[in-house]
Amino acid sequence: MIHVSLGIALVLIVIAMGLASYRLFKGPDQADRILALDTMSINAIALLVALGIWFETSINFEAALLIAVLGFITTVALSKYLIRGDIVE
Amino acid sequence: MLFELIVSFLILFGAAFVLLGSLGLAKLPGFFMRLHGPTKASTLGVGSILLASAVYFTSRGGLSVHEILILIFLFLTAPISALLMARAGLHRQMGGENPSHEETGKD
Repeated sequence: MIHVSLGIALVLIVIAMGLASYRLFKGPDQADRILALDTMSINAIALLVALGIWFETSINFEAALLIAVLGFITTVALSKYLIRGDIVE
Repeated sequence: MLFELIVSFLILFGAAFVLLGSLGLAKLPGFFMRLHGPTKASTLGVGSILLASAVYFTSRGGLSVHEILILIFLFLTAPISALLMARAGLHRQMGGENPSHEETGKD
């Protein structure tokens, strides 16, 4: 039962990543692209955790934590760049 | 059996919310409407999936707290990044240096 629901969930998350990458390529503004990148990092965390349940391994959590940290720092740096025109003041 | 039921429900709930957030990101017109879709729905969805993983690996023996760490980090950083992205969008809109915000309504 867990594997059936995991299969459905993996398909849904992959569709969500496709929608986010559509906004990443199309987005009329740079802020839309930053938002799409942030959403894609969150979706990648969900995908990694679901794959960790699927393969019954707990080695994916470090990768998920790294993606969470790097996604947050990327979002902050890009937003600061858009606001100020400079990252480190 | 009860663990399987809880884990399956949490996984499906979380995946549905992740898809809903990205659907709002792709379909809504205007930047600020698009901002509030994924920042709330995706956080709830990823939270459910991480809770499902924590319940699953705890039921397989051994307490598993890595997921709770990721969950706390995500819940702490999601409002900050949303605030910064909203400021960036507002700055681009106020600056008037790109005319693309007027045509996002018919997107």
